[in-house]
Amino acid sequence: MVSTEAPARVQRGPLPRDLHPGAWWGWALTLAAAASGTTNPVVLGLVVAVAWLVVVSRRSDAPWARAFRFYLWFGLVIVVLRVVYRIVFGGGSTTGDVVLLSLPEIPLPEVVRGIRLLGDVTLSSVLAGFYDGLRLAAVIICIGAANALANPQRLLKSVPPALYEVGTALVVALAVFPQLAESVQRVRRARRLRGDPGKGVGALRRVVVPVLEDALERSMTLAAGMDARGYGRSGGVPRRERAVTGAFMLAGLFGVCVGTYAFLDQTAPRVLAWPLLLLGVVLAAAGFHRAGRRVRRTRYRPDPWRTGEWLTVACGVTAAVLMQFVAPAAAFPSPTGVPEVSLLALGAVLVAAIPAFATPVPRPMR
Amino acid sequence: MIELRHVSFAYDGETTATLHHVDLHIAEGELALVAGRTGSGKSTLLGMFNGLVPHFSGGVLSGDVRVAGESVIGRPPRELAHLIGYVGQDPAAGFVTHTVEEELAYGMEQLGLEPSTMRRRVEETLDLLGMADLRERSLRTLSGGQQQRVAIGSVLTMHPRVLVLDEPTSALDPTAAEDVLATIARLVDDLALTVVLAEHRMERVIPLADQLVIVEDGTVRSGSPADLLAEAPVAPPLIELGRLAGWDPLPLSVREARRRVRTEPFVLTAPPRRPEPSGSPLLRATGVTVAYGTTRAVENVDLTVRADEVLVVMGRNGSGKSSLLWAIQGTGPRRSGDVRVGAEGVDPAEVSADEARMLVGLVPQTAADLVYLETVAEECAAADTQSGSPAGTCAELLQRLAPGIDAGHHPRDLSEGQRLALVLAIVLTARPRVVALDEPTRGLDYRAKAELADVLRALADDGHAIVLSTHDVEFAATVADTVVVMADGEVVSRGPADRVLAESPAFAPQVSKVLGPQWLTVGQVERTLL
Repeated sequence: MVSTEAPARVQRGPLPRDLHPGAWWGWALTLAAAASGTTNPVVLGLVVAVAWLVVVSRRSDAPWARAFRFYLWFGLVIVVLRVVYRIVFGGGSTTGDVVLLSLPEIPLPEVVRGIRLLGDVTLSSVLAGFYDGLRLAAVIICIGAANALANPQRLLKSVPPALYEVGTALVVALAVFPQLAESVQRVRRARRLRGDPGKGVGALRRVVVPVLEDALERSMTLAAGMDARGYGRSGGVPRRERAVTGAFMLAGLFGVCVGTYAFLDQTAPRVLAWPLLLLGVVLAAAGFHRAGRRVRRTRYRPDPWRTGEWLTVACGVTAAVLMQFVAPAAAFPSPTGVPEVSLLALGAVLVAAIPAFATPVPRPMR
Repeated sequence: MIELRHVSFAYDGETTATLHHVDLHIAEGELALVAGRTGSGKSTLLGMFNGLVPHFSGGVLSGDVRVAGESVIGRPPRELAHLIGYVGQDPAAGFVTHTVEEELAYGMEQLGLEPSTMRRRVEETLDLLGMADLRERSLRTLSGGQQQRVAIGSVLTMHPRVLVLDEPTSALDPTAAEDVLATIARLVDDLALTVVLAEHRMERVIPLADQLVIVEDGTVRSGSPADLLAEAPVAPPLIELGRLAGWDPLPLSVREARRRVRTEPFVLTAPPRRPEPSGSPLLRATGVTVAYGTTRAVENVDLTVRADEVLVVMGRNGSGKSSLLWAIQGTGPRRSGDVRVGAEGVDPAEVSADEARMLVGLVPQTAADLVYLETVAEECAAADTQSGSPAGTCAELLQRLAPGIDAGHHPRDLSEGQRLALVLAIVLTARPRVVALDEPTRGLDYRAKAELADVLRALADDGHAIVLSTHDVEFAATVADTVVVMADGEVVSRGPADRVLAESPAFAPQVSKVLGPQWLTVGQVERTLL
């Protein structure tokens, strides 16, 4: 068939390429932060839908990309567990509650007073469990989306130079696990060639001893191989320098931890939240920078950070920030009535869907 | 390029030195082949050049080791990475990253090279090794030969002055081995790289070597290959043939030997006939098919092995040899087909594991998987109880297979040949009618292989049926009555050893290449020599 259209001389649009894994993680974590800022089931449902949309439109053919549905199932399990938990332990009603199901309350001894087992199942307690579970499920599904979209090996390769050693250890561990499984399989198969060793310790030992010996031998070979290829060539960092860097990192981590806690726990003093989080991040960044400066190592074909990456992260951040301005009544609806939906919240989540079509498509696997 | 002066080395806790008073000089741009019996200290010698010995092995090193004019004593391997590229025995075990391209760049990242330099060198190396089409492949999906070439490439990108290779072809099929060696030869020719390589299967390397280094009883001799091989403790069949004929100088390549045969012909009686196996069929497999998921490993293979027959299965890495042996034993999966053992025609997959072991005994490729106790004596005792044999059966078998193994040794401390003998003894304790061995020759030197061949011959004459898979052409030529060649899960050729081996370009042993297809081994020539 002959095409009637003239071929375009200049083709526009981004080339297919894999987005920087850090961008996907930034997008997913900020979307998760947005989800954690509400219990509104409509908004949370939309978060899950957006995560799903982005995953199906921008994931590659790689094996890790297929893991997303496990996270969806995991989310469902969480919701169900939360509701069941409320039914089992959150029974009992006061006047005015809508009782869905009347279960007999099981009397418990005096020692565990304060815990109720079964009892009247009210609509509000079931809904509260559902909202709560949905929020956790949405956060986990966001993480799952990042896992499906970002190549874990590339992510480990893009850690800051200061964390290079840790990153390499993780890369190696990722490679060793399938080998260990292979080794176990091989030895188990070989068992049949040598008769029954009996039950218990003897049987276990027959698998464990050869597998561990194998693993130890492999680790030594790998360590020797890495050393022979220059891993760990020293830059000669002075002691004092290392101490200062370490102090920066520790202080930074402390700040980040306290700040995150205060940010999530609404009852903590507000002065601990944003300011401390920010200070922690700045300190940690300074520490990383100092440590990284001393590393004499380069990176082969690092993933670029271009407009697509900025856009992706910006969409996530916008969603998280906008969610902060949603009125409490809409963000945390009471489980007694129909949840009120705010346009701002919906808009915030929809912004996070932009990467589904505004980023370059992933490169096909070769 | 490499200079060893009065070097002695002893491992911790050993009273005798592994190497003593070694003086060695390897010139720049040459290929040196390090040879010697298993456990003679070849790997120890190679490890000294880049500091793996003593930094990783422990032990005491004295004397001076100089590479490119610098003393490397006391320097760890990582500080020598830019000078010496080292590739260990199992390349897959040394991979750090996941894809070919990243693996090639890894060493350069450690050296802190400019990104543009790294990019250029990766492309150059991909072209040099002919791997440009593999650049994005996952390392795990590569074949053995490809993995070996990636491992070589990954040290070449650092532009070292010396390349050290420990048994680069021992796990490869003949064609892949040729490929890797051709690559190495090109590196020496084109880049003037100094290459030091240790290898058990010397037959393919000797024509390429400028210098031969023989490690024997803790001493090291070096010189031109032709001079040293006359007396060497290990020698490939071609050299044995030359020694037998009294040629001087010894021919180092098949071509040279052919020229000698034309000028001074061998006086030989009629071509030797191998007696056809005449025993009753012990193993009858028909239509054996093995599949893992949607990949088929073995398809529709028929096999008959007689009571006094040694059948050798050959073929590329991944052609289905192991899967076939495991399926015959009854432990491995089998999609369809029929396996019958003995006159009763019992299928080993349909009986209990204990009964299956009495029908077919299998020595797996990683023989060490079967041993798990602390001493040889304990292993033997366990084998006796597990097979219900009278106490001492296994120990007696082991004594016959490999005399003089200390029963108090840990199985891991045995040499490759001794460990193989131990596992074979354990398997034979159950008195199987059929014995299967998967790649038994890996890590064995010529003498150990000859001993293994004698053991297998004796077992066959004793009324066993032997099935084994191997890459080692020369070993197959010594031991096989019948050869089956597999490709892509199917049998592509089968028949008497002299016909199948000698007619195949990849599997022809050196003696047939020189004297013609009727002769397979030096032993045959010796017997018919007038």
